[in-house]
This record gives sequence, C-alpha cells and structure tokens, in this order.
Amino acid sequence: MLVERYSPSMLRIASLYTPSRAVAEDVVQETWLAVLQGLDRFEGRSSLKTWIFRILTNRAKTRGQRERRSIPFSALADRETDSSEQAVDPSRFQGDDDRSPHGWASPPTSWEEVPEDRLLSTETLSKVDEAIAQLPEMQRLVITLRDIEGWSSQEVCNFLDITETNQRVLLHRARSKVRKALEEYLAEEEKAPA
Amino acid sequence: MTQDQTLTCQELVELVTAYLEGDLAAPDRARFEEHLVACDGCTNYLEQMRTTIRVTGMLTPESLSEEASTELLSAFRSWRT
Repeated sequence: MLVERYSPSMLRIASLYTPSRAVAEDVVQETWLAVLQGLDRFEGRSSLKTWIFRILTNRAKTRGQRERRSIPFSALADRETDSSEQAVDPSRFQGDDDRSPHGWASPPTSWEEVPEDRLLSTETLSKVDEAIAQLPEMQRLVITLRDIEGWSSQEVCNFLDITETNQRVLLHRARSKVRKALEEYLAEEEKAPA
Repeated sequence: MTQDQTLTCQELVELVTAYLEGDLAAPDRARFEEHLVACDGCTNYLEQMRTTIRVTGMLTPESLSEEASTELLSAFRSWRT
C-alpha cells in the first residue's frame, strides 16, 4: 500500500526541514490527508509520486519555517552549482612543475581490506549521516533521494525541477564530501591502537 | 578535452560521477578507463566512491511510529467507507 511504501522516505525528507522527528511525523500525516482530499484534483500532469512529495516538501518547509520566502529548488540548485568546487583537496595532487603534474601526491588507499562489519557499523553509518546533514540543502536533497531512497536521476530532476547537469553536479559534490568524511574517519580508526 | 590528451588524476576525480551515471561520451569513457588501468590511486578512488554509495545506501529510511501509522491507516479506512 502507498502509505507503507512512501511514508519512510517522506519521513526522512520531512526531517530535512523540521526541528524534530515528531514534527516530521505530523507533516507526513498531514500530507497524506491532503493527498486524500486533493486526489480529485490530481490531474496526472506529474507522476503521483512527484505530486505527493511536492505536497510534502511544501508542508515541511512551512512547518520548519526555515525559509521565510520560499526559494524554488531550481534557483537554489543554480546557486549551489554556481561556484567551482573540487572533489578532492588540491594539495593531494602534484603541482605543474612536479614529476607527474596533477597526478596524486598522496593517493587514496584501497578499502578492500576494511572489514565489512566495520564499514557498516552503527558508528560508520552515523558518520555518513552526519556528513550528509552538513551538506548544503540541494546536495543533501539529491544524495538523499538518489543514494538512500533509490530514486532515478530522471525522477529527481522532475521532482526538483532541475536540469540533468545540475542534478549530476549536486550529486557529485555530495558524494565527494561523504567520501572524504569516510576517508578521514577510516584513517582515524586505523591510527588508533587495536 | 581533445582526442589525444590523456586525463590527469585531478581531472579524473571530477568525472567519477558522470562515469558511474553512464553519462560520459564514448571517447571520454575510453580515456577514463585507460587511465584506470595504469593508475592505482585512481582505481582506489573509484572503489572508494563505489563503497561510499553502498554505505550511504545502508542508511535505511526510518519507519513511522506505530501510533502515527495506526492513526493514518484508520483515517484511510474511514475515508474509503
């Protein structure tokens, strides 16, 4: 049933805007009631899923009162992709005059040896959660929808009304930062005595 | 990118998402994969990105509290009847 299938995702997305889990739950409930009441007016111009999640984000934003003026996602996306940003700290690469210009100076190590139970431990997952929480709004939304909720890039573009390119740039920036946080965390663990 | 130019590591890391999304044009994709064959650092980097995606995917959505879902389900039931 739709409620069971979508509510967990809705809760996560509502939580991006609301101060507490209780408020997020309220928003999910309100959304479903609004969906029921508005079902007659649903014209099928977007998918039902997109429509439901639009109602959700509008309500969550209102309840969260994070933004007095509601800025469209597309404008936020332009803003977040405006400046250039590097996936990896430039200091990890060699300079123009070095032996291999722009090759690794301090290359990443393989994670293949990292035991699965450490990689998926509650502590590691909470580090990832934390890293996502610190991302700018659009990057956080895109990585949540794509990598946690499993939406396709097309669904995310339709829902947020952003271009394919912006979607990819936002996803790239988000994933790059989460990777960095994981790398730092795993290196820290390694240094600690066993 | 011009045809004969090889990728540097610093350029490759910026293409990883486009590569994983299948959005690279064939010649760029070939250059990307060519670079990987000869570069352990970038191979590890790509593997780290794949692992990052996998770990992120383990953050499963929470469920609604029992109270909230019971309320919702009863609201739905009364709506239908």
